[in-house]
Amino acid sequence: MPRKRRELYNKEICACSIFGAMNRDGERFTGAGVMSAIANMHVRGNGLGGGFAAYGIYPEYKDYYAFHLMFTGSNSDAKRSAKQDFDVFLCENFDVVYDEEIPHGDETAVSDPPLVWRYFVAPRKCGDEANLSDDDYVVMKVMHVNTKIENAYVFSSGKNMGCFKGVGYPEEIGEYFMLDRLYKAYTWTVHGRFPTNTQAWWGGAHPFSLLDTTVVHNGEISSYGTNRWYLEMYGYACTLQTDTEVIAYAADLLMRRQNLPIELVAKILAPPIWNSIDRMNEKERRLLTALRMVYAPLLMNGPFSIIIGQSGKMIGLTDRIRLRPLTAATRGSMFYLSSEEASIRLISPELDSVWTPNGGEPVVGKLNNMT
Amino acid sequence: MKSFVFPEFHIIRDEAKCGQCRGCERQCAFGTHTYDPVQDRLISDDYKCAGCQRCVVFCPKDAIEVRPTQSPYRQNASWTREKMEDLKKQAETGGVILTGCGNDKPFRIYWDHIVLNASQVTNPSIDPLREPMELRTFLGAKPDFMEIKSEGDDVQIETKLSPNLTVETPILFSAMSYGAISYNAFRSLATAACKSGTFFNTGEGGLPKEMREQFGKCAIVQVASGRFGIDAEYLNCAAAVEIKVGQGAKPGIGGHLPGEKVSGEVAATRMIPTGTDAISPAPHHDIYSIEDLSMLIYALKEATNYEKPVSVKIAAVHNFAAIASGIVRAGADIIAIDGLRGGTGAAPKVIRDNVGIPIELAISSLDGRLRKEGIRNRCSIIAAGGIRCSADVIKAIALGADAVYIGSAALIAMGCNLCQKCYTGKCNWGICTQDPRLAGRLNVDIASLRLSNLICAWSHEISEMLGGMGINALESLRGNRDHLRGVGLYEWELEVLGIKGAGE
Amino acid sequence: MARAHFADPHTKKTAQGEQRVNTAEIDATNMETKELNGRLRDLMLSGVQKIALRNVCGQRYIGTRLYNPERRKVEIEIFGTPGNDLAAFLFGHKIVVHGNAQDGVGNTMDDGEVIIEGRAGDVLGFSMRGGKIFVRESVGYRCALHMKEYEDKRPVLVIGGTSQDFLGEYMAGGIVILLGLGGKSHEGNFIGNGMHGGVIYLRGRVEKEQVGSQVEISPLDGADREIVDHYVSEFIERFPELGLNKEEILRDEFLRLSPRSKRPYGKLYAY
Ligand code: SF4
Ligand code: SF4
Repeated sequence: MPRKRRELYNKEICACSIFGAMNRDGERFTGAGVMSAIANMHVRGNGLGGGFAAYGIYPEYKDYYAFHLMFTGSNSDAKRSAKQDFDVFLCENFDVVYDEEIPHGDETAVSDPPLVWRYFVAPRKCGDEANLSDDDYVVMKVMHVNTKIENAYVFSSGKNMGCFKGVGYPEEIGEYFMLDRLYKAYTWTVHGRFPTNTQAWWGGAHPFSLLDTTVVHNGEISSYGTNRWYLEMYGYACTLQTDTEVIAYAADLLMRRQNLPIELVAKILAPPIWNSIDRMNEKERRLLTALRMVYAPLLMNGPFSIIIGQSGKMIGLTDRIRLRPLTAATRGSMFYLSSEEASIRLISPELDSVWTPNGGEPVVGKLNNMT
Repeated sequence: MKSFVFPEFHIIRDEAKCGQCRGCERQCAFGTHTYDPVQDRLISDDYKCAGCQRCVVFCPKDAIEVRPTQSPYRQNASWTREKMEDLKKQAETGGVILTGCGNDKPFRIYWDHIVLNASQVTNPSIDPLREPMELRTFLGAKPDFMEIKSEGDDVQIETKLSPNLTVETPILFSAMSYGAISYNAFRSLATAACKSGTFFNTGEGGLPKEMREQFGKCAIVQVASGRFGIDAEYLNCAAAVEIKVGQGAKPGIGGHLPGEKVSGEVAATRMIPTGTDAISPAPHHDIYSIEDLSMLIYALKEATNYEKPVSVKIAAVHNFAAIASGIVRAGADIIAIDGLRGGTGAAPKVIRDNVGIPIELAISSLDGRLRKEGIRNRCSIIAAGGIRCSADVIKAIALGADAVYIGSAALIAMGCNLCQKCYTGKCNWGICTQDPRLAGRLNVDIASLRLSNLICAWSHEISEMLGGMGINALESLRGNRDHLRGVGLYEWELEVLGIKGAGE
Repeated sequence: MARAHFADPHTKKTAQGEQRVNTAEIDATNMETKELNGRLRDLMLSGVQKIALRNVCGQRYIGTRLYNPERRKVEIEIFGTPGNDLAAFLFGHKIVVHGNAQDGVGNTMDDGEVIIEGRAGDVLGFSMRGGKIFVRESVGYRCALHMKEYEDKRPVLVIGGTSQDFLGEYMAGGIVILLGLGGKSHEGNFIGNGMHGGVIYLRGRVEKEQVGSQVEISPLDGADREIVDHYVSEFIERFPELGLNKEEILRDEFLRLSPRSKRPYGKLYAY
């Protein structure tokens, strides 16, 4: 007799290598360098996931949301039919200005690739939805697709940026999407994954993104259950059950919706310990005590290092006692973040400065012409 | 401060039999018995007795009896005697309650709810006394397939096989460090392992130099968070290396060997100064993540020139199957899992009694997980924590383990009565102590014989049970859950165990 | 694939003209860790004593596979950036890095010497029990964690700059010297948390709040001065390019951090 099981969640645990490169003058470059940099950290991953976020790749459509979609299924018909379902939904809610299959290489070079499509869209709000900001509208629709439309998954939804990810080593995924030939970005972030299990699903790879915020992450967050419990209350459906997803949602909640600066967001995600807070001056102490009181459920407890990408920004952050590595470096207008220094040296043997940021202290690279 | 705690044991001395030899006084390191020259009789202080039964066994006149006392409190299912007395001890000292041995709480013991199969009619049972019966097991990574090159009759293996341990019976001695246990106990385990074609595990206290040549070949040397006594020589003299991440009795907790136990020899083996606390931090501070573990696994493989299998021991906790899968991918050749009832020389009681999951469920879910992911070949599973008899061993293997580690069972074979006072360093049986007077009580020849007898007896029983099922090679039972049925279990438990109910 | 080639081991005359040292070179471009370390081992076993590694980029465990019961020693020079766990379990060899090093240098190192002409990452000298590590610049988190000592084995770690948090956590032995050169102040916190052996000498100042509660801060006595004097000289010798003046360095205030007790957690339990 089949047994009815309670709804149980099974968190994915994974660890990894991360890398980011940004040209702060906004000059765009191909993905070739970051591909070789992440390949140099091959041993930190296990071939079960790799992915990239690239900023500035769609200048010709920069005013439109660029949706990257995965359609999964056991055969190409199933994938096509998932796409049809999605297309119906999309046309009801958005104006599509252009769409195409994302160009890729030989399908046999990777394991079980989904159909991957991109759409450049503008929101078409009706009724009550007109009160929503464009961003909120897009978030709502993306959540809908990812929870309600079977076998369709939006894995990138920002403007003038895009994620590329899949199952395989990151350099293989980069090759599959020809990131070294087809795209130029001013910021690239990359992730090589080492999950402890094999739900070999393309959507499970990093980066995780929402609008133009992307997160690549190394480590395991022991507060996951608490973070999720809090974020769900704000309407974030944690469908992927990964730490990275909750970090991305936390970043979205704090930075986009609540408009907090990254310096404070860092103090929420990775607050100083009470011992240090108690030694601060009155004003600082009050601020940090308040942050810890109000945002206690968003403390990301346990080891992590992350690179958050946003339009015009690349941010590196580690947990408050830096249990995961992160090295930062600069060379001229270039700004790098990496799990290991050697990978930076590989693509830029000479560096102006190299440092390992303190735990909980964000390092931020910004486009120079950004206001 | 006056203690409000009642004695746990009551000592009854038959004055008529007692010859005032003062043997009991010498036997009890807790100082329970004292001789009163005025009255010319022995006086016992019930409060000091740990109930280890040493004085009882060694009284030449059989004059002593040591009995657990009845609870003096009004019956209360919630406020049991243990809860009340632990609380009183804490009120009196402000400290963490320490204990030894494994979890003694009445969590369900699944072994006792699983029954084995036997052949009737359709398949003959085998008589192990006259027919070949094979228990040999290889522990380590196996390739998914083997590539060969054949020219005529000459067949060459092309695949490079990973190093494996060969055990003649699927029972290994669990990690018990020199320092936690006495030199004699440690050496008895080593001697018995070599004699029985199996392995002992050094735990994290190093391997004394003079034992390396003789016993290195049957030693699994541990690398734990304290990194005691570890150098390239230690790693290279052994048969395998085990990274200890966790222990069933105290998952997530480090350990510390109090300075009193760090005698000159213990210090030499651990390569630390005599009398200092040997602190094992809770985590390995070079492992904060799965890829760090991978780094340590490969560092150890490098340090041993890829000649030895590397095992990783973890405690069975909620998400452990996913973690273990990552450990396999990280390059481990063997995964040792230690369940809820795993023993310890010292652990905070609150941890020992409340953290972790039973080994039976853990074996099944780990094996299932690894098979689902197609990586079961890449590692062997050694199950530990609460293996009490040969039936437990065989059930563990049918649930999917390759072999088991025994700890408490081995200690009991040497004389331990599970008094749970290991952490005091006053073990009257000479097992868990560094006091030379006490340690000297354990005779290596006798203790190792008792251990090898145990292995021999269990191996015979395993053969009998296998034969009964019509199986003559242990590998045919591995993961063969069809030979198991559950009795008195809930649906979800059967499901996790992957077995049918009896009669189904 | 690996385009590695190595120069035939050739003998080179030293200044004395007598002793012959076998040297070799490996180009590590695109070479995998396992292959690189395999080659190192082969060279050592073939009697080479000095090996230069060029174009190293992230290869791990350099020096780890060089255990040999005969106790042969080699000297390795690294050009490039070695990967994590450099010199892990090192068994008496010498390694010089012309550049920065990553995390885990000297993990459980037994003996030998590592010189880093740059900075190093986290957990340097973890559980190290012997040998010396010199780092020209600063180091990351958790260095000298659980460093130990035993009989005549007393590991030494000399850092030109400073360290980030958790220096000497659980430290059980050995000597750590932070020179704070170039005006580097010591901003690390949790120094010596759980320390129960060994000693840290620091040039410059730390606040009481920066160090663990088990740690005592005191001025140097004569014996301490001798130790510091000795290792400062060794440090200067190894980095002549810094043009350091020993007297100037020693003139400044040093502090000694040592454990109050060998038994930091003695009172935690109820028996
Ligand atoms: S502790 Fe053991 S030896 Fe001592 S009195 Fe009790 S039973 Fe006898
Ligand atoms: S080892 Fe000794 S002290 Fe520990 S339970 Fe057994 S008899 Fe008691």
